[in-house]
Parts: sequence; structure tokens; C-alpha cells
Amino acid sequence: MPEQRNGGRDGTASRRGFLAAAATGVTGALAGCAGISGGQEQGNQAGVSGETLTLTTTTSTYDTGLLDEIHPDFEDMYGVTVDAVAQGTGAALESARNGDSDVVMVHARGLEDEFMRNGYGVNRRDLMFNDFVIVGPESDPAGIQGMDSATEALTAIAEAEATFVSRGDNSGTHTKELNLWEAAGTEPGGDWYQETGTGMGEALNVANQQDAYTLSDRGTFISQRSEIDLVILVQGPIGDGPEILANPYGIMAVNPGVHDNANYDLSMAYIGWITSPGTQDAISNYQVNGEQLFFPEAVSEDPNFQQYVPEGWSSNSTDG
Amino acid sequence: MPLDAVAQLAPAVAGLPFEQGYVSSVIYVSLYVSLIAVTLSTLFSIPVALVMGFTDFPGKQFVKSVINTGMGFPSVVVGLLVLFAVSNQGPLGALDLIFTKEAMIMSQFVLATPPITAISLAALTGVSGNVRDAAHVLGGTRIDVALVVIKEARYGIATAILAGFGRAISEVGSVLIVGGNITSADGVSKTRTLTTAIQLEARQGRYETAMVLGAVLVALVLLINAIVVRLGSDEVGGR
Repeated sequence: MPEQRNGGRDGTASRRGFLAAAATGVTGALAGCAGISGGQEQGNQAGVSGETLTLTTTTSTYDTGLLDEIHPDFEDMYGVTVDAVAQGTGAALESARNGDSDVVMVHARGLEDEFMRNGYGVNRRDLMFNDFVIVGPESDPAGIQGMDSATEALTAIAEAEATFVSRGDNSGTHTKELNLWEAAGTEPGGDWYQETGTGMGEALNVANQQDAYTLSDRGTFISQRSEIDLVILVQGPIGDGPEILANPYGIMAVNPGVHDNANYDLSMAYIGWITSPGTQDAISNYQVNGEQLFFPEAVSEDPNFQQYVPEGWSSNSTDG
Repeated sequence: MPLDAVAQLAPAVAGLPFEQGYVSSVIYVSLYVSLIAVTLSTLFSIPVALVMGFTDFPGKQFVKSVINTGMGFPSVVVGLLVLFAVSNQGPLGALDLIFTKEAMIMSQFVLATPPITAISLAALTGVSGNVRDAAHVLGGTRIDVALVVIKEARYGIATAILAGFGRAISEVGSVLIVGGNITSADGVSKTRTLTTAIQLEARQGRYETAMVLGAVLVALVLLINAIVVRLGSDEVGGR
């Protein structure tokens, strides 16, 4: 954990007065007080100092400890606070759709593209990647150890009716898992297929308790490896496995044209900071149990214009 | 702050990836949210219970059934409704309350009010009519009479407040939805309470930490109970 800094978050008195005022119905006059949620006095400094950035993100970036590791740098640089809400990709995008967050960090390109097409997200950037792995008990009842096809492995699990734990929470990992079943041409179901509706960490625990298989992002699995007995049976691309198990993360600002309360300046500062060479280095240096969890992807000599727009988009297509 | 209690559990905590500053801020947020919510709820509930107990008005039965329904209303649904209210798209969206302690206070207020009102009502109506008559005869105004009745029923009211507090502080689902379980990068809780911290530790498989936080939560509830019971029955007048 990072050391204590003097955060100076003592805005409770003003917040309380604010709440009391709200309770007595003096709402309209206060509608512009968005900055109050920073809990710090707005000084006369120019720019964004004292403001709060709300980031909705996936459980994997949060539970691995990555954000706690890198955020202090950004907070110090701009004198701001980052509120990271770990929700899973689907929920993170939904919060942003409702205008409840300023910036989103997620990992499901299909959902991200839809989010951009609908006008909610702008200025998407490729951020980093890791990969998915299929983990399971060492006894490996379905015999998938070392298979180089993820879809064959899932088919084998389904045929053996070996217990498989699914996130079942509309997260990036869950979305990937459903895509894999689809690609395998298998409809999962029956007693052996269990949807937990929880974060990755908890799904790994549930799989561990039941000697079951599950699909996990490598980062969360490494973070929890010491707590569980499951092993990696099918590798992703980082371990020379199939490309279908790649797990790229993207970051997008919430469109200020749709939600005028979105803190767009600070979102862009954040995106600029997190895709900068320095922070990308920090991401690649972040290790848990001696292993690198995330591989930076934002800094590249070759421009990849597809990162800014929905995949397959071109200016003369019918897309908005 | 009962941090010493945590320190005594130190063997379990020593090697764990969080430090005292984190735990104390989580305890602070828990207490801050629940105590304010229960205080507001009490200030709202007692007058309601007095009016319900000693006056007749049209729709009284309806109010009663609303309160009774509220007692068993699923907390996670309350969280959902508060989310709709404070979300940017909701009626209170302009106030920017989503993912703040204030939103959590709102949902806990809604949760704590029905039990506090119902149990207070039972306690107040249980005060014998003689006491009220005596207070009237002595020339008391309605306010005076109300105060006498409250004084007589204070033990029952203390029980009511405890029931509300217990429901508020031990609640997970709604505060998770409206608060977002946020801790700043330096390990200071913004909207993370003991219950949501336990949920997070369990999610990450750190069961020892979860157990320690659970022990802290139980200790807090017992402590508050002891204090309130003490206040409610410091004279033999308590029923």
C-alpha cells in the first residue's frame, strides 16, 4: 500500500451544511456546486486543482492494486482526487452512460464500440493489455492441460460436464467467456455451469472451493495465486497461447456534449497522463508476486487510428 | 476511536496489506454515515410516532401499513431507488450526490426510519394514560405532555434507535450501490464502510482481513448498544 499522504479531506462541515440546505429544499441555488464533492477548498489556482475525477473501472484493474499504485502520481501532479469505483465493465459503462462518472477504463471492445457509437464516449485510447487464462484444479478432470485452443478446451469441459464457474455479471471477462462459448459452438448450461454474479476475485474463490474451471484475467489470477490451489491449464497470448484470449484495456472520456456535468478537462488530463510514457512505464513495472500484470499499449511508433473509433469504422461507412 | 481493539488483534493484521490509517478511516466512514442517518431518522421518527400515537387523522391506517411494510423492505431495493434519485439522470442529479457519503446517509435514513418509528410508536402508546392526564392537569402544554411521555418511554425509544442503528450499520447492498466503495489511492476511505470493506476483502480472498474487520464491526455495534442502553435506563424509571 502507498504511504499516507495528508489528503486534507475535511469538507464534511460544508457538506453537512450542503445536505441540510438540500433537505430544506434550497436545491436550485446549489445546482452548480459540483466542485464541492472534492472536499477541498477551491483556491484561486487556475485549472483543475481541488476537483474530483470519478473513474468507473473493472474489478481487475482495482483488485490487482494497479490503480492504488499509480494514482498518487496523478493526484499530486494536478492536486486532484481520483474516485475509482470498481464495478465490472458493463456496470462501469452504464454509470458513465448515466453521467455518473467522468472517465471509464474497461476491457470489452465490443461494448466500448457500442458506447462510442451511441455518443457517450469520446477520445478512446488503447491503454494496456494482459490476457485471459483458463484455470482449473490440478486434477484436470476434463483433460484440457496445455491445449492451444481455448474453444476446444471449453468444449472438452462441457462434454465432461466438469464444473465451470462463470462471472455472470456482464463484465469484460464474462463478455469474453460468452464469446468463447459462441465460438466453440456450445451452449453452456446444466448443473455444471455456475454463474456467480461476482467480481473476478470472488469467482476464483468459488472455483477454488469447488475444484472448478473458470476463465480469469491473468492479472487477478496472479494477485490471488497465493490464496488458491487452481493452476493455469490453457495459456493466453502472453504465455504463447491463442490470440483469442488477448485482453486489451481501453480508456474513454465521457462525452461532455451528452453530460455537461462530466469533468471533461480533468478526464482528458487523466487520459493524457495514463497514456504518457512515464505512466506507461509505471504500469509495466507494476508487479505482484514478482510477475508483471499489465503490458502498456498506449505508446507506439506506429499510429493505430482504430483505437480512437469503433473497430472497422471508416469515414465513408454509415456509422455516425 | 477503538483502534486499540484492532491493535490487539494484531497477529492476524500484521502481515496484511492495509494499515491503521485505512482501518480507522473505514471505521470513521461507517460511524459517520450510520450515526448521522440514525440521528436524522430519530428526529423524523419520534414526532411521527407521537402524532400517530395520540391523534387521529384520515389515512392513519395507511401510514401504519407503510411503516410496517418499510420494516421488511429489502435494503438493496432501497439502494436502487436512492441510486435512481441521485444519479445524474434522476430528480436530484444536479446535486451530484452519487458515490458520496450523503447518498449513503439517504439510503440508511430510509432503512432506519420504519423500525425506529414502529418501535417508538409501541413504546409511546404503552405509556399509561394516567401519566398523560397528570401532565395535563398540572397545566402542561401539548409539548410538555409529549416530553413527559417521551421521558417515560425512553427505554423503548432507545431500543427503537438501536434497531435502526443496527439495520443501518450492518447494511451492505445499498451503500455499495450508492456509495461505490471508494477509497482514495492513499488508503483513506471516502465511501468505504466496514461492511463494504468486508465484502471487498472476501471478494479478493483475504479472509483473515475480512474476519478482523468483521470483529471490529461487531465490537462497534456492541459498544453503541451498551452506550444507548445505558442512556435509556439510567434511572429506575425505565420500563
